[in-house]
Amino acid sequence: MDSFFRSEEMCLVQLFFQTESAHNCINELGHLGLVQFKDLNPGTVAFQRRFVKEVKKCEEMERILRKYSRFDKLEQELKEINSNRDTLRQNFTQLMEINHLLKVFDAFLFYLHDRFVAGVIKHERFPAFEKILWRLFHGNFVLRHEDPVKKDVFVVFVQGDQIRGKIRKLCDGFHASMYPCPNNAYARKEMRTNVNTRIEDLRLVLKRTEEFRETTLTAAAANLQEWASKVKKMKAIYYTLNLCNIDITQKLIVAEIWCPVSDLNSVHTALIHGSEQSGSSLSPVVNRIQTQQTPPTFNRVNSFTSGFQSIIDAYGVGNYQEINPAPYTMVTFPFLFAVMFGDCGHGLVMTLLALWLILHQEHFRKLKNELIDMLVDGRYIIFLMGLFSIYTGLIYNDCFSKSFNVFGSSWSVRPMFHPHGPWTNDTLHDSGHLHLDPLVSGVYSGNPYPFGVDPIWNIASNKLSFLNSYKMKMSVIMGVAHMLFGVTLSLVNYIFFRNLKDVALQFIPEVIFMLSLFGYLIFLILYKWCVVMKSESAPSILLLFINMMLFDYSSEGTVLYRTQKPVQIFLVVVAVLMVPWLLFAKPLLLYRKHKQLKFLSLPFCLSLFFGVKKAFVSLQVSMADIFVYQGIHTIEYCLGCISNTASYLRLWALSLAHAELSEVLWKMVLQVALRVTSGMGSVLLAVTFAAFAVLTVTILLVMEGLSAFLHALRLHWVEFQNKFYKGSGYKFTPLSFNRMRDMQ
Amino acid sequence: MAALSFVIPMSVMTLFWGIIGGVVPWFIPKGPNRGVIVTMLVLTAVCCYLFWLIAILAQLNPLFGPALKNDTIWYMYYHWP
Repeated sequence: MDSFFRSEEMCLVQLFFQTESAHNCINELGHLGLVQFKDLNPGTVAFQRRFVKEVKKCEEMERILRKYSRFDKLEQELKEINSNRDTLRQNFTQLMEINHLLKVFDAFLFYLHDRFVAGVIKHERFPAFEKILWRLFHGNFVLRHEDPVKKDVFVVFVQGDQIRGKIRKLCDGFHASMYPCPNNAYARKEMRTNVNTRIEDLRLVLKRTEEFRETTLTAAAANLQEWASKVKKMKAIYYTLNLCNIDITQKLIVAEIWCPVSDLNSVHTALIHGSEQSGSSLSPVVNRIQTQQTPPTFNRVNSFTSGFQSIIDAYGVGNYQEINPAPYTMVTFPFLFAVMFGDCGHGLVMTLLALWLILHQEHFRKLKNELIDMLVDGRYIIFLMGLFSIYTGLIYNDCFSKSFNVFGSSWSVRPMFHPHGPWTNDTLHDSGHLHLDPLVSGVYSGNPYPFGVDPIWNIASNKLSFLNSYKMKMSVIMGVAHMLFGVTLSLVNYIFFRNLKDVALQFIPEVIFMLSLFGYLIFLILYKWCVVMKSESAPSILLLFINMMLFDYSSEGTVLYRTQKPVQIFLVVVAVLMVPWLLFAKPLLLYRKHKQLKFLSLPFCLSLFFGVKKAFVSLQVSMADIFVYQGIHTIEYCLGCISNTASYLRLWALSLAHAELSEVLWKMVLQVALRVTSGMGSVLLAVTFAAFAVLTVTILLVMEGLSAFLHALRLHWVEFQNKFYKGSGYKFTPLSFNRMRDMQ
Repeated sequence: MAALSFVIPMSVMTLFWGIIGGVVPWFIPKGPNRGVIVTMLVLTAVCCYLFWLIAILAQLNPLFGPALKNDTIWYMYYHWP
């Protein structure tokens, strides 16, 4: 259960199994997908390994299978089928031609010449044919032709046999096909019926041939997939066997695997199963060994959490058993996205899109398109982003740039007029814009709008003055909270690794530094919000903060509360004191410890003189390293506090950009169509709405969505994670046939 | 009494997110995903409550009011309560 909060505990296990059962055992382990084989022959090159021949054979088979899938498979059989089909087609065309010829022949019957030549010639050759006939025989013939299809059917009536022979040779030269036609009508009719039946038969035969071709191909295709995966599996198994050691007697294989501790039992069962399958008498031996090497990092994920884990791993795989930021990222990432995206209409569209992706997941995966695969992998991320966007959109009171007025606005106009307030009817005629004054009683009801931003700000022309101040302060509060959370996670890491010294030397000064400066800033913001004050005497928080750092208390009106000056001086002094604590405490402590160790280990040095000198040099080198490292860490943390807090202002910047873009789309696109009063307005509205929808999806959903996604990701990777995450481990890559099949 | 309209939303929201973040986690059944679900519930409750709280506190004591166009003011005079 704790497995997702930090990576699982791994153990190094030695496996011994017999050579005969090796194949089956590794097959079982591959199906289980829980062990990673260590390379026991790291020094050998690829072609020196034991099973290199088998691997090469598998690769050869893979290549052949791939080739067959690109050309026509089972070439032999297919060639036969193809040639059969071609001959059949030829026969078919011939029969069709005879059919046409016979049809036409009846029309020429009144020519009573005896001899004739009947045939079919290509249409474009006919004029040349006719010309040559004229030149040769000077009109001693009668030529009739018709063109039913692309070809011309012709009949030449002549009087002599010799001429007929010459015409035959001419037809050959023109590649015209000649057909014998019977003289009398009865014989012709018989021939026609004959030809027709033959045509029908041929048609049937052709159809059958096509079907046969289809079935052979599909059968082969199904088999092909199976064969390909089998070969892949075998190649993986032989590759794995290459990583193992064979002992002298060639009877035993030794393998070293990394395996999660909680899965040792299932691994053992799988091995016993494998050895039983191969019929060997001895069961494999599983021997857990202790090691100093760093195990791989394994985070057990399911289909919901895998998306979030992959975006964390994209930055860096965590160290072994360090805290995994993924479970917290599952909420904070969509939430920070939503703060920047903040529109409940767009959020609703995004949620529906993600729901569609989730419900039709297999259908989308079948398309095998890279972009769509990426979208499908992140479907739960998009779903959560959409849900949170609906919530933040409701709080920003922004739905396609319009606001909801559910509870009634807290601001009212009537009290501004006489006799309550300063306005009269003339005031309205004079100026274009008028400010509502909260100091006039009744204008502001005293109770803020209960859920989100008051809807009156949507129609006010100084909307941005209010929203900017609100959103900037909100970003700073969110940022400091997120960073404090990150620093707290580093405390959890220290406690887990029993590193209590670092708690005092690093965690406490870091927290005090951040709280005393930025925690105080948040206090100032909240104080200014909660306490009533006149607008003229309200000091700017930014100026207050700057003056606090510069110890400048000379200017008037710089006090929010009575004891402000001593409190601020105290806080700044404390913060400044934290810097040397962070910088020097840890290295000095390590230095003292080293000196103590050196003192204790002196009698063990072989050569007193050289030993002392070497130890001293090494001590100095490592001390310099430690000081430099700690110095870098201190500067990075302290300056980072300031720059990272400012970096969170992108939450304000992006939500402003999004709100402005969506307002532009409303004002310049949809409102233009809605203002048209003539009858054509409805047509214009339909067209304009199409444009509005396309622009909304492409600009506001896709472009802004990607942009907010990127910035939320950056906030996590840099500002949040550099408070506690080291991210320099290596990922657990088990031998898993499921994973290989999915990657294919 | 005048602050009643502020106390009601405050208590409703605090109660709502308090239940989601503090009470519902106890009812999640034991299983491999319990830790993840509880974390998600608590973090969601904290983030959403904080976000709503900031929005309402920012409007509690306004230092300036909205600037409206004259037609808007005229409309609101007659049609808004």
